[in-house]
Amino acid sequence: MAGSLHAMRDVAAIVGIGHTEFSKNIGRPERTLALEAIKAALDDAGLAPSDVDGMVKFTLENTMEVEIARNLGIDNVRFFGDVAYGGGAGCGAVGHAAMAIATGMAEVVVVWRARNRGSGGRPWASKGNRVGGDMQWYLPYGLSRPVDQIAMLARRHMHEYGSTDEHLCAIAMAFREHAQNNPNAMMRTPMTRDDYFGARFVSEPLRLFDCCLESDGGLAVVLTSAERARSLRHPAALVRGFSQGIGPRHTVMTNYFTPDPLDSPGHYAAKDLWNNAGVGPDEIDCVQIYDAFSPLVVISLEAYGFCKPGDGGPFAASGALRAHGGALPCNTSGGSLSEAYVHGMNLIVEGVRQIRGTSVNHVPDCETVMVSSGNGVPTSALVLRRA
Amino acid sequence: MRPLPDPDDSSAPFWDAAARGSLALQRCAACKAFRHPPQPMCSACTSFESEWVPASGRARVWSWVVAHPPVLPAFADKAPYNVVVVELEEGVRMIGNLLDGAGDDIAIGMEVVVAFDDAGEGVTLPQWRRA
Repeated sequence: MAGSLHAMRDVAAIVGIGHTEFSKNIGRPERTLALEAIKAALDDAGLAPSDVDGMVKFTLENTMEVEIARNLGIDNVRFFGDVAYGGGAGCGAVGHAAMAIATGMAEVVVVWRARNRGSGGRPWASKGNRVGGDMQWYLPYGLSRPVDQIAMLARRHMHEYGSTDEHLCAIAMAFREHAQNNPNAMMRTPMTRDDYFGARFVSEPLRLFDCCLESDGGLAVVLTSAERARSLRHPAALVRGFSQGIGPRHTVMTNYFTPDPLDSPGHYAAKDLWNNAGVGPDEIDCVQIYDAFSPLVVISLEAYGFCKPGDGGPFAASGALRAHGGALPCNTSGGSLSEAYVHGMNLIVEGVRQIRGTSVNHVPDCETVMVSSGNGVPTSALVLRRA
Repeated sequence: MRPLPDPDDSSAPFWDAAARGSLALQRCAACKAFRHPPQPMCSACTSFESEWVPASGRARVWSWVVAHPPVLPAFADKAPYNVVVVELEEGVRMIGNLLDGAGDDIAIGMEVVVAFDDAGEGVTLPQWRRA
């Protein structure tokens, strides 16, 4: 069973990356952002829109395959699909694209995410005053924003494992340091410890700089077969393996109702990721961890086995995550906390740059990169390898 | 306007009981496992048969936050406000608010008891007070 998955190891590769600028009010609709990003990714790959025959997106995405295809002159899409659960989907979407290529369903597949927050409001804000489904247990009590839901888990992690806001501060500062070298990053001013602790609480125990940015932007990647990638201009970022994961008794974005809420979806995706990729955490040169909120970095570092359970805080604060000199350079373009927040697509794009050696915070001899998607939600993860 | 529950087939008995001032929990009729939130099947044994049982009303704080602005407009006048997750004696957890707590003096493990909050529109929300 697992053996058949190994047949897709290194068979597909990301060969093109593209993105718009990131801003708080980008002034262009999502469809335009998507088209710009996909065209840029195709140009980067040296491929034409007419080469594209597959499309994979987030279920969260508002743009549609048909309008993308129509605008770009893609006349026959032979594979299309989408992956669910908000920001948990990105790596899964790349993985689905890789599977399509590995099975021969498609040869050139684009994966994209475009967001203009002004065009739809916050997706999690209630529209009427009556709330059904899972949110009937959250919203009447005011546990309404993602930051509140994650803060609840963060405090519990502090209680069970002794993680602290000093650890979270170290994460925010490390990623801001990386963003300082990144001309695309939205937040480039240096962050001191005083800046972090002096900023307002958003949902105690989380402060302003524990929270991702609010960004508009579009990003896309193009995948094709490893074989075809050899004739294209950039070093290919091979999809070594990917995984998806939902754990037991899951509920929406955070799961207080399961026996151990800190046993995250990432813990489940981790087992399969390493099995599918045939590598372990020790072989990862650089990591891009979904950082909608800083405690998710702590939890995910533990989930994927980069440190012992419960040690994510001290590990993150040890300097390990720093691009220059750290044992495990992390979120090297600044991440969701300091570059931009577009549901983790910029983490995937930065992972490809690290494979190519073109990151502004280049990790020397970077051969193998792991990327994770949103934790707390059903999730996915990816291992990329230099060809 | 404040968000209020839109009861479904599974959750209606919970909200109906709350409106009568009772904290009720769904329990599997086959294997007697309590579950919350209510749902059609038992996750443990997949039975569709369930019963509703009054809870003891006693719980402990499992975790808590204090939400600061900007919050949803319906909650703006309450901010900053606490939200708790409590673990009931019966083993299930619920989200609520500590009606007599400020952020500084809530602690994980603190004992609480259920209280009922008339939220308007015929809805009563189970809430929590210090024991």
